[in-house]
Amino acid sequence: MSESRPAEPRPTKMLNVARAVAWRSIHNFLTNPAFLVPALMFPLFFFVSFAGGLSAIGDVPGFDFPSGYTAFQFVFVLLQSAAFGGVFTGFAMARDFESGFGRRYMLAASHRSGIVVGYALAALFRAFVTWAVLTTVALVAGMDVGGSVGEIIALYLLAVLVNVAATLWSAGVALRVRSIQGGPLMQFPTFLILFLAPVYVPLDLLSGWIHTIASINPVTALLEAGRGFISGDPVVVALAFAIGLALPLLFSLWAKGGLRSAEAAG
Amino acid sequence: MSGSLRNQIGQLAHRSILRTLRQPAQIVPAIVFPLFLLAVNSGGLKDATSLPGFPTDSYLTFVLAVPFIQGALFSVMNSGTDLARDIETGFLNRLALTPLRGAALLSGLLAGSLVLGVVQAVAYLAVGLIAGAELAAGPAGALVILALSVTITVAFGTIGLFAALRFGSGEAVQGLFPVFFVFLFLSAMALPLDLLETDWFHAIASANPVTYLLQAFRSLLIEGWNLGELGLGFGIALAIGTVGMLAASSALKTRLVRT
Repeated sequence: MSESRPAEPRPTKMLNVARAVAWRSIHNFLTNPAFLVPALMFPLFFFVSFAGGLSAIGDVPGFDFPSGYTAFQFVFVLLQSAAFGGVFTGFAMARDFESGFGRRYMLAASHRSGIVVGYALAALFRAFVTWAVLTTVALVAGMDVGGSVGEIIALYLLAVLVNVAATLWSAGVALRVRSIQGGPLMQFPTFLILFLAPVYVPLDLLSGWIHTIASINPVTALLEAGRGFISGDPVVVALAFAIGLALPLLFSLWAKGGLRSAEAAG
Repeated sequence: MSGSLRNQIGQLAHRSILRTLRQPAQIVPAIVFPLFLLAVNSGGLKDATSLPGFPTDSYLTFVLAVPFIQGALFSVMNSGTDLARDIETGFLNRLALTPLRGAALLSGLLAGSLVLGVVQAVAYLAVGLIAGAELAAGPAGALVILALSVTITVAFGTIGLFAALRFGSGEAVQGLFPVFFVFLFLSAMALPLDLLETDWFHAIASANPVTYLLQAFRSLLIEGWNLGELGLGFGIALAIGTVGMLAASSALKTRLVRT
């Protein structure tokens, strides 16, 4: 008679599933140029275009960002790449469910939340790779960093929170739609909320409808705090971290609902 | 042009136009996305007009040139994806069994891009003018903007056809989209060429043909009638169209030989 193994505790089960899902996603990301190249190139093109092509905006009256226009735009591109790292991982998730691989995950996983956690870990890895390249290019391009080590760590911590929030948002969509056709639903709201923030100039220099929208857009606080960190003059830190923590919590409920939807679909 | 060729082009053009009009997923993003960026950029970069040497006091007027190029980029995707689908589904192979001429096939397939180009140009110009943009060249200038926009859209469409015939896959055609966006981003899209301070960026933007396409639109919107800028814009668009058409014809021959 075979001896039955003792049951694994729930967190261990979840971590085992997460590790397996993350490993496959990371492997796909690193070995397929169709995934790797756009993830690296898109943020770089945005950075080059904004920091290089718009550097004269730094001369606009009232623009007094101490670290210069390159650092000003670096923060936006960093947060944007964090968000899109999550969205692209949502694409991968949707593709897996469309091809039937996601269903095999659902059947095999002893703890299904681990599937979402695994994709989130892969999204973080993806973001770290992009940030390493982006930061190197920015420093080589002469970006002025005025913040202390602690402030720069806080900037990247904010980016991590944005990445987790975007992944959970996209996972919720991917698990409900279970097809790559849900891609625009993941991408467009993310794009919209990012670009309705003070992308090119500080909030004070915006006017009209875009100022009104940017003033209530939560991404504005994240951007302002990030720009404060890189220039060594932190602002709205508590608000930014409150938003940064609230968004993943909110979207984890959204992703959990998506998981229930995928389970119900069989 | 012989009656037979005219008939072949007409049949394929009819099919291409109907196919474009029946796909809102092709038309809506091509109109909405550039207009969204127009709204965001004209609001966010309004203060750029206070830079010494900026050619107008309305950033909306300056940036209104950009949607015409973005719309044309969608034409690469739309014309290419449609043809790639014909290749993937075997429709092109069936056409190859008929006495259809290559010129008719390529010209007919561009009809959808042409119609989309007109719809896009009218939408961008109408929204821009309603939002308060200026048109220094007057009503006749609006017609020239329309003509330039359609010429560029069709010219970019030929590149989509080439990509579809060369690679035979819709996914490969879609993969071209970021590549073409790079050309737009590395141009004098957001500021005039003279105000690009970063040397290397200025050098790239000066060598980038998209800069001169933008300047042709801007000449009509901001200055009035600048025949030099207009000639350069139309010349570049026609050159891209000619090269694209020659490349597509060559790729078509190769593909039909393989068939």
